Amino acid sequence: MSSSRYYAPTQLNEAVQQLAQQGARAMAGGTDLLVQMRSRLEKPAAIVDLKKIDSLRRVDITADSVRIGSGVTGAELGENTALVACYPGVVEGAELIGSTQIQGRATIGGNLCNGSPAADSVPALIAANGICEITGASGERQVAVADLLLGPGRLDLQPGDIITAIVLPKPVAGQADAYLRFIPRTEMDLAVAGVAVNLTLDEQGVCQQARVAIGGVAPTALLVPDAGAALVGTRLDATALTAAGEAATAAARPISDKRGTVEYRRKIVAVLTRRAAVIAAQRTGRAS
Amino acid sequence: MNNPAEKPEIYQYVGTRSIRPDGVDKVTGRARFGADYFLPNMVHGRVLRSDHAHARIVSINTEKATALAGVVAVVTGADFPDIPRTMIHLGEQQADIRDIAENVMARDKVLYHGHAVAAVAATSLEIAEQALALIEVVYEPLPVVMDLDTAQADDATLLHSDQVTMTMTGPVENAQPSNVAMYMPLPKGDVTQGFEQADVVIENSFQTATVHQGYVEPHATLVDAQVGGKTRIWTSTQGPFLFRTQIAGALAMSVSELQVIPTEIGGGFGGKLSIYLEPVAVILSRACSRPVKMVMSREEVLRASGPASASRIWVKVGAKSDGTLVAAQAKLEFEAGGFKGSPMVPAVMTMFASYNIEHVLLEGYDVVVNKPKASAYRAPGAPQAAFAAESVIDELALKLGMDPIDLRLKNAVDGGDLAVYGPPFEAIGLKQALQAVKAHPWYGQPLAENQGRGVALGFWFNVGMQSSATVRLNEDGAVTVVTGSPDIGGSRASMALFAAEELGVPPDRIEALVGDTESIGYCDTTGGSRTTYATGMAVVEAARDAVQELRRRAALTWELPLEQVAWQQGRAVDLTAANDPLPLAELTANAGQTGGPIAGSAELNAQGVGPGFGVHLCDVEVDQETGATKILRYLAVQDVGKAIHPSYVEGQLQGGAVQGIGLALNEEYLYTDEGVLDNPGFLDYRIPVASDVPMIETHLVEVPHPAHPYGVRGVGETPIVPPMATIANAISHVIGKRVTRLPASPPRLLALIDQ
Repeated sequence: MSSSRYYAPTQLNEAVQQLAQQGARAMAGGTDLLVQMRSRLEKPAAIVDLKKIDSLRRVDITADSVRIGSGVTGAELGENTALVACYPGVVEGAELIGSTQIQGRATIGGNLCNGSPAADSVPALIAANGICEITGASGERQVAVADLLLGPGRLDLQPGDIITAIVLPKPVAGQADAYLRFIPRTEMDLAVAGVAVNLTLDEQGVCQQARVAIGGVAPTALLVPDAGAALVGTRLDATALTAAGEAATAAARPISDKRGTVEYRRKIVAVLTRRAAVIAAQRTGRAS
Repeated sequence: MNNPAEKPEIYQYVGTRSIRPDGVDKVTGRARFGADYFLPNMVHGRVLRSDHAHARIVSINTEKATALAGVVAVVTGADFPDIPRTMIHLGEQQADIRDIAENVMARDKVLYHGHAVAAVAATSLEIAEQALALIEVVYEPLPVVMDLDTAQADDATLLHSDQVTMTMTGPVENAQPSNVAMYMPLPKGDVTQGFEQADVVIENSFQTATVHQGYVEPHATLVDAQVGGKTRIWTSTQGPFLFRTQIAGALAMSVSELQVIPTEIGGGFGGKLSIYLEPVAVILSRACSRPVKMVMSREEVLRASGPASASRIWVKVGAKSDGTLVAAQAKLEFEAGGFKGSPMVPAVMTMFASYNIEHVLLEGYDVVVNKPKASAYRAPGAPQAAFAAESVIDELALKLGMDPIDLRLKNAVDGGDLAVYGPPFEAIGLKQALQAVKAHPWYGQPLAENQGRGVALGFWFNVGMQSSATVRLNEDGAVTVVTGSPDIGGSRASMALFAAEELGVPPDRIEALVGDTESIGYCDTTGGSRTTYATGMAVVEAARDAVQELRRRAALTWELPLEQVAWQQGRAVDLTAANDPLPLAELTANAGQTGGPIAGSAELNAQGVGPGFGVHLCDVEVDQETGATKILRYLAVQDVGKAIHPSYVEGQLQGGAVQGIGLALNEEYLYTDEGVLDNPGFLDYRIPVASDVPMIETHLVEVPHPAHPYGVRGVGETPIVPPMATIANAISHVIGKRVTRLPASPPRLLALIDQ
């Protein structure tokens, strides 16, 4: 692990320059990067520690948006009651990453940038229609979370690009989200499959909009429009939930690996979809 | 003689929950484990491990590695002595020392993914790693043999061309080269006749996976093997003397050329009875004339140490309609790994040892496959056998409409009954343990939907064997106890309690230490649940030896015959009442004037070991849509003879149950078709995390073991025997189908539910 240069910039523009170097890697919590270095999968020429940049470490909730700095840790998200009130599902996804100790380090931006198909924070960000704010050598741009992910470990980012924040729309009345994952243990594990559901119920408990995103069952987390559509216009009765689950199964393109088989993942992504939809609906306070 | 501790009814210290003497060092980080030892001029050793599961080694070129700056030694199998095939005695069992040597460093063939093929020593770990990458090994890959069927096929690829199937008395008839290393039948009565008498017959086949002991501390050693001196070996081991025997055997040395110094040990569960790094470090240290330190990574631990055997057991039991068992038959196939020696034999012997059955035929097969050589794992072989046996007993209870505990009580062995493997049991508490579970408040409580209850019992022999102890009294009256038994589960606390009771000195005035092979007499391993039993017996005898000397000194002081001096509550008492009692500290302070230092010692070979029986009860909830099982509550009951330190006895029961939960639900080696281990880490080799298990409730039954001065019987291994069956029975009751393959991981269980 010798001869990596270490930078700890306090300004975003410094970080952008440092990250543009050959072989430079951004480090937020370090809970993925350091593990990869120890396993000798990564040997960065330079490490740019982003945690000293204050602007990345804030959560701002305004009248129409929720802006989560990329360097905010899971533990900090969990303690932010205003954020939890807006996006319980986003927060519960981020809070499932690692152990209590890891929660104090691991950031939502880091989880996104690691590019794992099973990243727990990502499905809820997609279901929430999250937009990444990116600052890079060529200036600033915005990319939807769903479009950022190109494949396992591959993102639509250029050298020097830093995701500064993820911006979510402010939820409307009757809107809530939920994230559920399946792991064989109760914690300290990677999702075999994960499902986020973000939906809005009217005062009669009828679903007005629903977005369903699935993780761990395809090269990237995916939005499943058919699953959302199966819920819209219903009171989330058994037929609608089954149809949403089947749509999730149909959209999944899983592999068989040491964490689960294709058959198993297809089955449980439907189960998780049904259950997450019910939880999200209950959180609206309008479920019938 | 007046010795109140001879058969005491009430103890002053034994049975109390004294403070663990090693506790402060462990929680403050001061305790020194295997990797915490350093010597001046020390270098770092690393092992190159095979990427193939089965291959012939065509050539190894170490030139580039040797040339790398900072590399001080590079060795391969050719640098190790060529040891003839010899069976050596290793405490509980025999082993072939050539197999041990070849497992430590491959010679002509690699037999599993992870088998050592070369090693380097360098001035830094990083250089050692770079050097490994420069070693060029040419392999000729061979077909891999990853399971019992492939290994036993007519045209099977042979792992060892010279291996034939042995029995206890010699090769089988017409022996041909085979991957089956051993066949052992255990017949009793006539099973054919037995099944003819049966009203109900249950038959099924059960499988368990390759699993690892999962000790937290990876293997680590520091070796100083400089020419002209003794070879000193610091290592994390369950048995410094056993290691000395194995290392000497593997390197064609005499045991007295070696000093093995046990470090603090971070778990073993049987896995630290086997040598891996030590001989390699000796050869490297000799080659570079510097101390060599070697520490395994977790990946190496999983690829090359342990594991416990995968098994397949076909079993059939027959009973009368009143529940009386009349016949039991089983075929037990155990994977040994790359070299012979699975725990098939104890599996056969324990399988129906808890029951009186007139007609029995058990047949065991020890089968080599391209996996790491199986090492002992807590009651080796017994959990797999109990899973099969206790599952069919459960099925039998269902079929007969009998309470599963009543069925077991009806057939359970008791004192005076003959064990299926021969000898009679002395006083045992199996029936009491079964009754304790039945009397427990949970038993009979209603269950909710998707919940199920399971019960199973387990048996383990326990052993005695050789132990040594010294008890030295310091001038200030404090006491030092030294044994040769590494302390894994709190044994130093128990040794201190024994000495405290005998001497009448509070345990906090007693320091219990673990000696090395030079500082204490021979001691068999911390294994076989023998430490508190046998080493404890040695401590008791050594303390009594010291008490005798204390009485003699008091008699000398008082000018009385020895018979007139008793030892009571830490003081010499004049039975003629002419003198005031002499406290221990006064006798030790004046020892110089009465004949010199006062000490006691004992060396013994403990006989008449007391077996352990446990009964477990578990409630589970199964998510029938995902196949996930939650352990709702768990009770472990065991006849422990006498709990010397109840907290650590309860800890053994809890630990065994938790390990068993892991084996039942998630733990398994996952191999690719090429025989590459796909989950060599704790992320995907899933031992339970704290939140996976409820508090394990325990209940201690104390039927004293007559051969031990305090009634101790071994307790450490029995608790891992019942859990797999207990949990599988509980799950089976929820899903209405028999769980026959473990672990019942969610994908596997859901497939069974949806079948």
